[in-house]
Amino acid sequence: MTAEAGLSAAPAPREPSSRPATATDRLQRLLALVPYVISRNAVGLADTAAAFGVTERQLVDDLNMLWCVELRAPDPYCPIDLSYEGGEIVVSQAESIDRPLRLGVDEASALLVALRMLAEVPGMEERSALSRTIAKLEAAAGEAGAASAQVAVQVDHNAARDVLDQVRGALAASRRIHLSYYVPGRDEATERDVDPMRLLVVEGRTYLEGWCLRAESVRLFRLDRVMAMSVLDVAASVPGDAQPVDLDQGLFRPSADDVLVLLELSAHGRWVAEYYPCERVEELGEGRLRISLRTPDTRWVRRLALRLGEDGKVIAPPEVADQVREDATAALAHYE
Amino acid sequence: MSRRKTERLLSLVVCLLSSGRFLTATQIRAAVPGYPDSFDAFKRMFERDKDELRELGIPLETGSNSAADEEPGYRISRQAYMLPDIRLEPDEAAVLGLAARVWRRAELAGAAAGGLLKLRAAGIDAEETTQPGIEPRLQAVEAAFGSLWQAVRDRRPVTFAYRAAGRSSPQVRRLEPWGVVNRHGRWYVAGHDLDRAEPRVFRLSRIDGPVSFAGPPGAVTVPPGTDVRQTVRAWDADPPALRTAVLRIRRGAGHGLRQRATGCRPDPVDGDWDLAELQFSDVGWYADHVASFGADVIALEPADLREAVIRRLKGVLA
Repeated sequence: MTAEAGLSAAPAPREPSSRPATATDRLQRLLALVPYVISRNAVGLADTAAAFGVTERQLVDDLNMLWCVELRAPDPYCPIDLSYEGGEIVVSQAESIDRPLRLGVDEASALLVALRMLAEVPGMEERSALSRTIAKLEAAAGEAGAASAQVAVQVDHNAARDVLDQVRGALAASRRIHLSYYVPGRDEATERDVDPMRLLVVEGRTYLEGWCLRAESVRLFRLDRVMAMSVLDVAASVPGDAQPVDLDQGLFRPSADDVLVLLELSAHGRWVAEYYPCERVEELGEGRLRISLRTPDTRWVRRLALRLGEDGKVIAPPEVADQVREDATAALAHYE
Repeated sequence: MSRRKTERLLSLVVCLLSSGRFLTATQIRAAVPGYPDSFDAFKRMFERDKDELRELGIPLETGSNSAADEEPGYRISRQAYMLPDIRLEPDEAAVLGLAARVWRRAELAGAAAGGLLKLRAAGIDAEETTQPGIEPRLQAVEAAFGSLWQAVRDRRPVTFAYRAAGRSSPQVRRLEPWGVVNRHGRWYVAGHDLDRAEPRVFRLSRIDGPVSFAGPPGAVTVPPGTDVRQTVRAWDADPPALRTAVLRIRRGAGHGLRQRATGCRPDPVDGDWDLAELQFSDVGWYADHVASFGADVIALEPADLREAVIRRLKGVLA
């Protein structure tokens, strides 16, 4: 939650599966390896190993295994002939595995859903390449592509079109940006200069990642919260040690310096646990929850508590709980 | 063991692909090295091998070359096996590489990588490299995503425990899923609710525990013309904002509200405040929103909105 993008956060992703490679994993690689070599005029051992994510030694073992395939009947013969002398792979005979296996439903769907999502990103100059690729992939996938229509990612179009164009332009030209940016958690309109690093499209939402000169650190800015922006006539200079957000760890990562906030939620306030990354979520029965989360700025917690009313109580820290009561009392004074 | 199995499966694929005709188990056993001597042991192993090849998507067919053949035969049709020709221009290959990155470590990451590998094997030079400056990602961290995708893909009904908004306990729901949709950064499943007997949309993050299949593959028929995105959009859409609120907003505050105001003028009574008019639909939700601004935004009209904000604020003190 260190990001200026603030409240809406993605939970941390699960760990990747680390199952060991199986015989069928290797079979898939072998079946792809032969057409990979055949479809290219000349391929070296090193490049091919890199392309398949294996060591050269493993690759040579794969090639030997292919070369050794022998069918014994009706007459014994070796259907695959290849060599890798001098570090260059040549397949001179490969029978029927000279073409890759067709795409499976999951494979076709994963790629098609991703391509269609990209095609929805407003202002993508690659739109024409995307629609051509989608059409070609649909044709090649055939029936395997059909199920992909049942999964869709809708990209938010809330960001002004010219904001996206300007961000991409500034990224391409490596120029500094001036932003008027709304931080809803604090109900603050902020002005800042940002040296752009990347445009992120995560779960359909678009963010600018950049070096914020005011905060002197890397920040994410949700583009739909950009109130106004201009590209400055200044070259961007992102410090060499600026760490881009590791998307595999989730967009919003609390820091150890953040304040730990404890909240109790009624069944009507449970949505809070869905919206914000919590350190702990504990069921209290009857749909009630006790959650803890970390935040660098308790102002948004106070706003959240006002919004929740009796459906959410700040338990700790006590001074934040006190502030929330003061906020409510001050607001109620205007209604008397 | 694993190496010998890979060798055997590879030989089996090459054998069945190159013969062009159906081969009986006996013929296969004679041709493919690596099977055990005992016929029963061979049969068991061959059955497992067939299953594994089919799981990889290899179209292994069963049939016979003529009606006179009593023993069933097996073959892999080259036509069914091979990826049709596909050629991509460099800009197309670049976006394909970008698309392959989207799932990265999420549910379909392995599938995307496998698909990309086959396309590269077809001669396409697509790398999983980032375009300068753009990084697209789908995370699908909801545990239910994997099972629901499989159910949608295989057209199987499912059951799951679901905790609807504001409900104190989860309820078991039975659904014929039509599709999975991400909207505003959240995943939903749309389908035919078997208990309510009408289309329903569920948020994946509110599914409590595992999703179980409740029928065989192919049991679900998606009604022709169904647009799952539209189904979710219609469910999620805000009701039309038909009512007008008058809010008193402190100067320099309430930016989120000011952006949506249809009218805004200085408060004639007090120059530190503005009077803004905004459209809203749901009183409860809007009162929560107004309350979140504390003493910076005061609801003046309508009376039910004003009362609801006061209730919210008193609830804080309760």
